[in-house]
Amino acid sequence: MQSMTPIPRDPAPSRLRYRLQRWMLTPGIRHGMRIGIPLALIVAGVAGYLADQGRRDGLVQFVADLRASIEERPEFMVELMAIDGAGPTLAQEIRDAVPLEFPASSFDLDLEAIRATIAGLDPVQSVRLRIRPGGVLQVDVTERVPVIVWRTRAGVSLLDATGAHIYAIPNRTERADLPLIAGEGADGAVDEALALIAAAKPLKARLRGLVRIGERRWDVVLDRDQRILLPPDRPVGALERVIALSEAQDMLERDVAVVDLRLANRPTLRMTSDAVQEWWRIREINGSGQ
Amino acid sequence: MADFYHTQRAMRQMRRQALQRGVIAILDVGSSKTACLVLRFDGIGRLSEDNSIGSLAGQSGFRVIGAATTRSRGVQFGEITAMQETERAIRTAVQAAQKMAEIRVDHVIACFSGANPRSYGLDAQTELEGQVVTEHEVARVLAACEVPEYGTGREVLHAQPVNFALDHRSGLSDPRGQLGQTLSVDMHMLTVDADAVQNLVHCVKRCDLELAGIASSAYASGISALVEDEQELGAACIDLGGGSTGVSIFMKKHLIYADCVRMGGDHITSDISMGLGIPAANAERIKTFYGGVHATGMDDREMIEIGGDTGDYEHDRRRVSRAELIGIMRPRVEEILEEVRIRLDAAGFEHLPSQQIVLTGGGSQIPGLGGLASRMLGQQVRLGRPLRVHGLPQAATGPGFAGAVGLSLFAAHPQDEWWDFEIPVDRYPKRSLKRAVKWFRDNW
Repeated sequence: MQSMTPIPRDPAPSRLRYRLQRWMLTPGIRHGMRIGIPLALIVAGVAGYLADQGRRDGLVQFVADLRASIEERPEFMVELMAIDGAGPTLAQEIRDAVPLEFPASSFDLDLEAIRATIAGLDPVQSVRLRIRPGGVLQVDVTERVPVIVWRTRAGVSLLDATGAHIYAIPNRTERADLPLIAGEGADGAVDEALALIAAAKPLKARLRGLVRIGERRWDVVLDRDQRILLPPDRPVGALERVIALSEAQDMLERDVAVVDLRLANRPTLRMTSDAVQEWWRIREINGSGQ
Repeated sequence: MADFYHTQRAMRQMRRQALQRGVIAILDVGSSKTACLVLRFDGIGRLSEDNSIGSLAGQSGFRVIGAATTRSRGVQFGEITAMQETERAIRTAVQAAQKMAEIRVDHVIACFSGANPRSYGLDAQTELEGQVVTEHEVARVLAACEVPEYGTGREVLHAQPVNFALDHRSGLSDPRGQLGQTLSVDMHMLTVDADAVQNLVHCVKRCDLELAGIASSAYASGISALVEDEQELGAACIDLGGGSTGVSIFMKKHLIYADCVRMGGDHITSDISMGLGIPAANAERIKTFYGGVHATGMDDREMIEIGGDTGDYEHDRRRVSRAELIGIMRPRVEEILEEVRIRLDAAGFEHLPSQQIVLTGGGSQIPGLGGLASRMLGQQVRLGRPLRVHGLPQAATGPGFAGAVGLSLFAAHPQDEWWDFEIPVDRYPKRSLKRAVKWFRDNW
């Protein structure tokens, strides 16, 4: 009769199950189960799939095809390059410097590199590039304006107001309208040269040009080989003094070879040798005894 | 004397670690059920948004995140009698509570009801070294307490300073920082059988848990079942458990007396089982459904199927009236309450200003018990349920969980014990060395 009633089930966990459950409830293990194991499975799956070279190549090919199919849509194709703000010679120069084969996908155009190339050209002051709707690569160029002619031993070239080289010309008469400077390092002081030329406006008919001496000061060269030697600092003021003197006493009209203003408190004149001979002769006539 | 000081101190250290980690388990090893609560501590004493004290009056520092109970086997009179069975019961409860909490707990605070608790009142008086009472002075006066001979094989479970007196001012709860000449202390010490504690420690260790504290169940249920003013003014808490009935008396928010009667609900069940000749499981079921202590005329007519599974129709269809059942239960309940009365008288409960008695524990759910108890124990009797704590499941809010809930309050807000204070330096063997040197000098 005793076995009629079943033995009641013991709800107590075995020691092993108890320990296992406690181990599983440890926070580190719990997180490992929730995050670590799914992550490991995903990584293992991906690694297993990519272990085969053929599948890897196929995947790379698929991505490349997808990319090409998007890039080669007509919306992204660039048909031509339009250049604004440049003369015909500069435009041709730009086209030569940027060799592009049209039509090209706008994804393949490295606008930054193209911009750097164009900005690297001498006559270009600044450039803006953009791809206009309709497949046009728009190049907006601002050219440098030549303001002065610089003669060196190598040749004659044009400079802009900042002294940047624009391009060479075969001879000075091609741009006779622009003033002339010469001498080594003259391109570094173009602004000073322009100020001097502006100040020498009264002498404009006689002005031949400016010469940079020793990369530090200017000589003003007039016709009849007259020279005005200017000091390194405040040359404009010195030139104005000479002009004022000349207008008052017609100094420059006389037979003077050099007006030396390098020392401000000791201006010096040098006469031509003929004038000196003449002066000696006149002195002898006037009073030989003195 | 110093070794229990050190073991208790080690447990206190363990509890501090557990509180830092934020998760601790409460284990109530009772005679009829083993309950486990998992508490999570998330900061202390946060006020609610409108800066008022929350509904739990500052008890909301923790939250119950897991609760489980299982039937105890191998525990009688609140003491472990079969280690394997108890270990399995603890494992079941802890595993279920951990599963509910979804976190692993390593530290556990346990309570048990039996093991012959005995209360001692100690006192000591010392002259202060300086003018101001410092922590060191408190430790010194506590160490000066004359510890009575509580016998070998006993261990100190609680030793709480109940009252401090400075010169002629008594009733100080915290004398630190005050000025005076003489400091005296009254201390309550509770000792239990060391074997019972050792068994419990062993069982807990076998479950891979660290014991972070141990308390008497009578004390724990008093914390949760007595409301604050009852603890302050003086009240007795009677925890009618399965195998034993705990008695604890509180005064000024301190336990001043604890004892236990080695009778409880299981004895009522066994009386029913013997008296009616039915299995214990049936007797337990009948007790919970139809039990009572007051027979009325209606109860004579209410017949109860008492069942049986012998296969004999006549035997299995026996019926008794509810009055008969009550007639079996009542003498045993009266006997338990008599014993409680004796304990209260021995403790001098009638001299307390307030005579409040609170009945709690699973046995307090017998209908009519309140009336019977008020006739036997005094007029001011009420049935107590444990304090409501955060996150406690509805199933664990009954009076049977007073011990477990009280233990969680004990874990969150422990009262000062003797071992919370540093042992004074002159207690160390350094002193004996000094004395040896002195003896040497005197004699040579």
